Amino acid sequence: MVELNLSILLAGVVAGATPVVLAALGETITEKAGIINLSLDGTILLGAMAAFALSYETGSLLAGFMGGAAVGAVVAGIVAVFSIYLGQNQVAVGFVLTLMTRDLAYFLGNAYARLQGPQVPPQPIPLLSKIPFLGEVFFSHNIPVYFSLLFIAFCWWYIYRTPLGLQLRAVGEHPRAVYARGIDPRKLQVLYAVCGGCFVGLAGAVFSLSAKPGWGRPQGAEGTGWIALALVIFGGWHPVKAALGAYLFAFLQVMGIYFQGWFPSVPAQVFQVAPFPLMIFTLVLMHLAQKESVLSWAEEKAWMKSIVHMFSGAAPAALGKPYRSE
Amino acid sequence: MKSSNIIKKIREILLTLLAVFAFTTVILLLAGAPPLKAYYHIFKGSLGSWIKLSYVIKAWIPLTLCACGLLYTFRINLWNIGVEGQMMMGAVVTTAVLRLGIDTQVPNLVLWLSFIGGIVGGAAWALLAGYLKTRGGVNEIFAGLGLNFVAQGIILWLIFGLWKRPGVASMSGTEIFPPELWLFYAPGLRISPAGLAIVIIAVIITAAMLRYTRIGLNLKAIGANRDAAYLFGLRPGKYMLIAMIFAGGFAGIAGSMQVTGVYHRLLPAISSNYGYLALLVVMLANYNVWLAPAVAFFFACLNVGSIQLPMKLQLDSSLSGVIQGALVLAILAIHAWRTRVKFRAAEEAPTKMQQANGSRVES
Repeated sequence: MVELNLSILLAGVVAGATPVVLAALGETITEKAGIINLSLDGTILLGAMAAFALSYETGSLLAGFMGGAAVGAVVAGIVAVFSIYLGQNQVAVGFVLTLMTRDLAYFLGNAYARLQGPQVPPQPIPLLSKIPFLGEVFFSHNIPVYFSLLFIAFCWWYIYRTPLGLQLRAVGEHPRAVYARGIDPRKLQVLYAVCGGCFVGLAGAVFSLSAKPGWGRPQGAEGTGWIALALVIFGGWHPVKAALGAYLFAFLQVMGIYFQGWFPSVPAQVFQVAPFPLMIFTLVLMHLAQKESVLSWAEEKAWMKSIVHMFSGAAPAALGKPYRSE
Repeated sequence: MKSSNIIKKIREILLTLLAVFAFTTVILLLAGAPPLKAYYHIFKGSLGSWIKLSYVIKAWIPLTLCACGLLYTFRINLWNIGVEGQMMMGAVVTTAVLRLGIDTQVPNLVLWLSFIGGIVGGAAWALLAGYLKTRGGVNEIFAGLGLNFVAQGIILWLIFGLWKRPGVASMSGTEIFPPELWLFYAPGLRISPAGLAIVIIAVIITAAMLRYTRIGLNLKAIGANRDAAYLFGLRPGKYMLIAMIFAGGFAGIAGSMQVTGVYHRLLPAISSNYGYLALLVVMLANYNVWLAPAVAFFFACLNVGSIQLPMKLQLDSSLSGVIQGALVLAILAIHAWRTRVKFRAAEEAPTKMQQANGSRVES
């Protein structure tokens, strides 16, 4: 029997969710600009491999993180250029890259499998970490965790409170309007796809240098990319909601360990698939929440209305439809 | 096709191969491996002997079956990424039927029933994704992916729970079936005549369905322009489900083949990623039903041949996946680059046409 300790459990959730938060927020930025980067699952692995190999060779964690981010940027750049300048289907290119980058990671990373490499050391924040409960949950981790917490707030601020964020939303909703303002929507979309990709690659680096240190086949990051993609939809393309989804997912994963303690006859892998039916279920709910009949039905019940509101969220209008010049 | 067109096509293919060859060589050098030796081992490991070729055919059969199924869903513009899970569920139902009929006097009947079970299992799983798309508003990519993971969970749960081997449950799968319930293999040839026949029939049926039947025509019409087809009186939802049933059915047979013809048991990696790989096969074959089996054969060679890499050169066998992905990307890029000129021209042409049409509508 495993005993539940709330603050340890929640601290585990905050730490475990870090790479998922980064990947989901990165993809939110990309999709806000109207580009779907389906290659997340492979990108994260290749980012993880590159980060581990680089920091192993150089001994510098910073080099590792930068390498991971660079890998993510390059892969996202390929998706964006293929789609925007070459007129190819984003989903097709993204899917091919998912498989290819995963295999590339396994192939190139073979020499680094099961090696002891550098790890991000824990760095509790002085004073703040002494706060009872909250200190343990939020302020006794390492730098990537703090970065992800700040990044959630930054994303929200950037997207909804700055002129540049307005531009980002505009290019995803109505590229032609951006063009009319004298900005090239194509360049803007490539730029934000690459930016989003950076954070996806960074998520991979967080895996191999902190969350699940080391490299191997399997690394342990497999499947995260698909979860992150689902979380973007789950969050209704809102960065804070997507991040909350990531914490919910991490909570389910951590609970899986406890469940396994309670039901030892069920294999661990079964609990690992639990988020996926949940994802489908939420997507159905989101679809229902957009229907007129459901909206009018929920109108009379205050609590129902808030639930419906929670699941509402529309995709950027021009998502997946790259701008074509005329 | 004009001869100049054929020359252009050949030049395009040669250019693709050259680009991928260069890319793969760079990757091999990065990994510190001798490129020529690696290529030699992949070639020798796939086509070097009759035994190796029989392994290639074993991989080619499910790959081609999945590719056939995907042609239906691609025709109506559905991204049936759930083909992997459909294959797994086909394998699950096949195993269930074989387990029920394990003490049978008529093993051949049970085998055929198990194939029908595979079709039903795969089609049902595909139909679930289809309903989620048409009724639940869930994008088929996410429905399919989610169901893939669920199918994987079901297989693991069966192997470690309900169908676990007496004594110890392990990742090596369920207990091996008695040889009476194995798909017949021609001795000496190491090839299953029934398996080959099924694939050939599947390709012919798919080609005929898509080319000559009303269903095939309607799938194409809806895939090309959903709104126009709807105005024409076609119901896109219904045809999406039809396409999903075909895709799932073929993927289900592929799952049956894996259980009855290759592994003779259910194991976690029963689908061997052939569903995902089949998506690449169909893309590389440019959605052409006659090219798909050829591409599938080439991919099967790469997969089987690269198994030699860990043994001979201490490399990871995933090089095959890198080559396959690079091929698809290269052909997309070169195709886009070639049609770029056309694309530009086409953008100018419709404006004139629109003007002509517009004036007609207004008057």
